[in-house]
Amino acid sequence: MAGLGAGSSARSKGAPSGRELFALSTLGLLAFFAVWYGVASSGWVPSRFLPGPVVVADTIARLSDHAYAGYTIEAHTVASLQRFGLGFGLAVALGVPLGLLMGWYRGVDDVVAPLFESVRFIAPIAWVPFAALWFGTGIGGPILIIFSGAFPPCVINAYRGARQVDTVFVEAAQTLGAGGLRIITEVLVPAALPSIVAGLRVSAGLGWQSLIGAELIVVSSGVGYLMVQGQTSLQTPIVMSAMVAIGVVGFVIDVALRALESVVQRSWGVEP
Amino acid sequence: MHDPKGAAAPAASTGRLRRFRFALAAIVPLLVLWYVLTSVTHTISPGRFPSPNDVLQAARQISRGNGYAGGTLAAQVWQSSKLVLMGFAVAVGTGAPLGLLMGWSRRAEALLNPAFLLVRPIPPLAWIPLAILWFGLGDGAKIFVIWFAAFVPALINSYTGVRNIDPTLVAAARVHGASRLQLVTHVLIPGSMPMIFTGLRLSMQASWTTLVAAELVGAIFGLGHVLIVASLDIYPGMILYAMVWVGIMGALMTKALALLERRAIPWRG
Repeated sequence: MAGLGAGSSARSKGAPSGRELFALSTLGLLAFFAVWYGVASSGWVPSRFLPGPVVVADTIARLSDHAYAGYTIEAHTVASLQRFGLGFGLAVALGVPLGLLMGWYRGVDDVVAPLFESVRFIAPIAWVPFAALWFGTGIGGPILIIFSGAFPPCVINAYRGARQVDTVFVEAAQTLGAGGLRIITEVLVPAALPSIVAGLRVSAGLGWQSLIGAELIVVSSGVGYLMVQGQTSLQTPIVMSAMVAIGVVGFVIDVALRALESVVQRSWGVEP
Repeated sequence: MHDPKGAAAPAASTGRLRRFRFALAAIVPLLVLWYVLTSVTHTISPGRFPSPNDVLQAARQISRGNGYAGGTLAAQVWQSSKLVLMGFAVAVGTGAPLGLLMGWSRRAEALLNPAFLLVRPIPPLAWIPLAILWFGLGDGAKIFVIWFAAFVPALINSYTGVRNIDPTLVAAARVHGASRLQLVTHVLIPGSMPMIFTGLRLSMQASWTTLVAAELVGAIFGLGHVLIVASLDIYPGMILYAMVWVGIMGALMTKALALLERRAIPWRG
C-alpha cells in the first residue's frame, strides 16, 4: 500500500522496506564517522582543532589509565555523578511535595506561585556567582546549581499531576471515610505519579546539563572540569573525550528514567 | 477597593485581581524581610547577600557613564539578546525544516537519525569548551553553542508535528490534486505549526540559558560577562542586579514568542 495504509500516519508515498531503512541507517551511521574521520585527516583543519574518532578513542583509553587534572576520567565521572545525585535528589525531595501541595491547596498555590514564577526565568547557570560566593569551591555550589536546574520541572509536573486528579476519586474516598493523609497517599500521589515521573526525566536532563555548566566554572574535579582543563591547555582530544563521557552518562540517566516511566505508566497510567 | 461580595464582575478579572493580591501578599513581606535582615538587624552580612541599597547602587553604576565590565547595562543586554536571536534564528532555520523532512520521509529519517542520536545526549553546555577552542571568545562561539542548544528541540518538535498530522488530510489534499509544494505549504506546515511553536519555546529557553553559560565561561561582553566580573570582584549587589536582568530577559523572550504564537496560529484559540 502506498503510504496511507490502515493506521499509518501522514508520510510520503511509497513505504520503503525495513531492509532498505536498516541499510540507510547503517549508511547514515557510517557516513557520520566517515565525514568526521575524513575532515579530521584531510588537513583542511589543523588536527589540533579536530582530532579524528580514532584519536578520541585513544585519548579516552589513555585518560582511564593516567590521571589528568588530578584524576582518571572514571574518577572525574564518578565525582560528577555524586554531585548530580545529591542535587537531583534534593530537587525531587523538595520539588515534588511542593508541587503536589500547590496543586492540591489553592492557598499554597496563590502564595508560592508568584515567588516561583519570579525566579523561574533566571537561568540556573546564573546562580554560579552566588554559588561561588556562598560555598567557595565546596560541594554546596554545584548542588545549588543542579538544584536550580532540576527543581522547576519537579514542581511543575507534580502540580499538573495533582490538578489532573479526577475529583470524583477524591470524593469517593472521602465518602468512604478516608482521612486527609490517606487521600494523599492512596489517591493523590498514585494519580499524579505518571506526570511526576515524566517530570523527573526533564528534571534530570536539566540537572545534568546544569552540573556540567557549574563544573566548567566553580569546581576542581568532575568531567566538566576535565573539559575546561583540556580547553585551557588546547588539548582538543581531551575536551572531546570528556564530551563523550558526558553524553554516555546523560544517555544512561535518560534510559533509566524512561524505563521507570514505562513501568509507572503501565501500573498507574490511565489508558488514553 | 472593597469589592462587594456577589457583584457581577466577570470571573476572569476577579481571578486576575485575586492572583495579583496574593502575589503582592507573597512578595511584599519577602522584600520587607530582605530589607530588615540586611539593613536593620544586619543578620545577613553584605558580603554574602546584598542589601536593597547595594543593588540600587549597582543599578546606578551600571546604567551610567562607562557602566560596568566594559559597558552600560543597555549595551550588555543588547549584546546578549542579539546573540540569542541570531543563534536562535540559525537553529530554527535549520532544525525545523530538517524535522519536517524527517517526519515526512522515512528514508530521510533512517539516514539522518543515527548521527542525531549520537550527538543529542551531549548537553549544549558541554559544547562550550570546544566552541571556545574553535572560535575563540567572540560571537562565533556563542552562536555555535546556541545553535546546538536550540536545534534539537526545534527538530524534534517539528518532526512530531508532522507525525501527528491526520493522514486523512494528506489523502484529501492528494485526491484534490495538490502538488508536492502545495502539500508542504498548505497541509504539512500549518498542520505541524502548534508543535513547531512548542519547539520554538523550548528552543528559546535553551538558547538563553546556554548563552548565559557561554558568557560566564568566556566572553568579553554581555550579561553573563557582567555576572562573572561581579563574581570575581565580590560585588553581590551587581551579581543580584545582573541575575534579575537574566530573569527579565528570559521572561520577555518567552512572552514575545507566546504573542507571536497567537498571531501565527489564530485557530488554536
